[in-house]
Amino acid sequence: MAADTGTLVMGAVAYDPKVVAIWEGFKSYFASRGLSFDYVLYSNYERQVEAHLAGHTHVAWNSPLAWIRAERLAQARGQKVEAIVMRDTDQDLTSVIVVRADSTIRTISDLKGKRIAVGAVDSPQATLIPLSYLRANGLAPGVDFDVSYHDVLGGKHGDHIGGEREAARALMAGNADAACVIDGNHLLFLSEGTFPASATRILAQTDPYDHCNFTVSPLAPRELVERFRELLLGMSYDDPKVRPLMDLEGLKAWRDGRTEGYRALDRAVDEENFYDRQGVITVPNYRY
Amino acid sequence: MTDRVSSPFPTIDIEDLGFERGAHLLIKRALAASAVGERLGIRGRDPALAVHLRAWCRAQGHEIIWAESLPAADKTTDWKSSPLVAWIVRGDALGGRWRGSEQAGLPNSLVDGAVNDHPPLTWGLAARGARVEAGGPQFFFGLNSKEQVWAEGIPRLYVQAAAAQWDPATAIDWNQPFELAPEIESAVVQVMTYLIENENAALLVPARFIAQVHPHFREVMQLLAIQIADEARHVEVFTRRALLRGGDLGLSTVGGQTSLKTLLDEPDFTLASFLLSVLGEGSFLNLLWFLQEHAPDPVTRRVAQLAAQDEARHVAFGMGHLQYQISKDPNTLERLAAAADRRHQALTHTAGLNEEVFDALVLLAAGEWSTDAIAQGFSKAEKLKEEMDADRRARLIKLGFPVNDAAAVSALHTRNFM
Repeated sequence: MAADTGTLVMGAVAYDPKVVAIWEGFKSYFASRGLSFDYVLYSNYERQVEAHLAGHTHVAWNSPLAWIRAERLAQARGQKVEAIVMRDTDQDLTSVIVVRADSTIRTISDLKGKRIAVGAVDSPQATLIPLSYLRANGLAPGVDFDVSYHDVLGGKHGDHIGGEREAARALMAGNADAACVIDGNHLLFLSEGTFPASATRILAQTDPYDHCNFTVSPLAPRELVERFRELLLGMSYDDPKVRPLMDLEGLKAWRDGRTEGYRALDRAVDEENFYDRQGVITVPNYRY
Repeated sequence: MTDRVSSPFPTIDIEDLGFERGAHLLIKRALAASAVGERLGIRGRDPALAVHLRAWCRAQGHEIIWAESLPAADKTTDWKSSPLVAWIVRGDALGGRWRGSEQAGLPNSLVDGAVNDHPPLTWGLAARGARVEAGGPQFFFGLNSKEQVWAEGIPRLYVQAAAAQWDPATAIDWNQPFELAPEIESAVVQVMTYLIENENAALLVPARFIAQVHPHFREVMQLLAIQIADEARHVEVFTRRALLRGGDLGLSTVGGQTSLKTLLDEPDFTLASFLLSVLGEGSFLNLLWFLQEHAPDPVTRRVAQLAAQDEARHVAFGMGHLQYQISKDPNTLERLAAAADRRHQALTHTAGLNEEVFDALVLLAAGEWSTDAIAQGFSKAEKLKEEMDADRRARLIKLGFPVNDAAAVSALHTRNFM
């Protein structure tokens, strides 16, 4: 099925019920500005990327991992996908490796022989990037330390916070010696009490990396995509009509897309053998 | 705290305070004094400060410049300060949220213009006087114009109502000793049974309207809430008195319930308030005073007295509301008369006050079974009806009805009293 050319069709993953409210809101915002827009929801990023590259949708709201796969699948076909727009909050994230405050672990090398709690197997922020960081610092996952996965909602690429929270709980329950979470969630877990006050210590922080983007397939109608990009970048947090949508989607402003922030993840995908260079899923026991 | 000594931009030293313990409050306060695009230096010693500052600024739409990326001169630290962690470049989202916001009137309703005639539905549940962010959800409040709900003197009525609340457990001495002949006790129980069903109606009628009142009309909402709580107490104390001597409750008739149902069926707030408060509860006041005077025991006397105090306020609110309505729209008087007539037509074929209630009132006024006492009791009960009529007429005249019309409208009032 190829999408018709008069309407820009976007794919998004239904990682939470609020996703419907978000895209319905965007649909009417675009309609009020003369852009015919529709969206298709997928239950997981793998199906979304495959459908996108098969031409079922023009644009996809992709997780960073979905971006990597889209890029590889396109390349394998001699094509090129483009990251056109992202949220201000998608830029310069970091992940942290946390230990209990009273732990004897003082340096990364102290993690040797320990058990590290991570998020879902497909979470860039709570699994892939931190594991790659540890590898770069001399510790091979599964060899130098045990990895304890917290697979919540596979295929959602860690958008669901549940896996990270379970990793955090495992640390506090003594079932792991360290846990990997995104910087903002470290603060959130402190505020909600998952991490009791003063009970954790940040052992290490990764370099900054980027998160989601709107990925455009090579088959997408250029004029519609350009209008879509203009309208997104024109959204202002000052406008009370769009502010609730921006609050729901968690941003204050849209930014032009950039891809330098995905290098760490690209490396991690190779190291963990998550996808091969052609975008084929190669990680074992991945359920989505 | 903030200083401008060593840099053209201010710096804040939050010492060892972390974000999980409120650091953002101090940073927000300092940012509020900066213009969009200006820098604020953050000094601090919490080990997680850099990690949390990054996450917080990202979510708030502020840019961040890390101290290590700056020339050494920019991060000079004297021995008294915590190390400079980063510079925040203030984003514009903070002010953006409040662009297009509105102040939802003023808190004090006595100030001119404090209460909006037609408050926007998007003001929703906001406190009157609050600054309301634009783009909020559209609420539905059926009673959303001042003309529909407001009453003269309402702030004063609310203060009085709040001050006059009483506790059924302590306001009445339930253990006071008294002995009544079984038939007198039965008469009390029958009257209490009748009062309870009337109070159920008086509770439900305002309860049906309160959820429709725009909360901008705060005093109306509060007064109705107290009125509902008053009726809840009345239901309690009348029930407790009825059961005090261990007997069963009395009778409930079709005629009585049909009359009360017409009150619940009235969909218009003003008309319901007229029928219930001005005509119904007004007549009830006479009845409660009658019971206070002729009660055979101190508990019945006390519950009637306490209920009468509350009902007097309900009547005052009804009167105040109608006076306000009539001042805005003189045709209101015709609508009121028509409503009384409609209710009368609907009740033409019903029995009105149940015979057992009237007989019980006669017996209570008589106090005993001698011929003379019964004759006197009967005459007092008849006089009660005349007093009810006279007081109704007085209230109608006060509202602006001509004397003859007042008499005609009063005569249409239900024989069930409420």
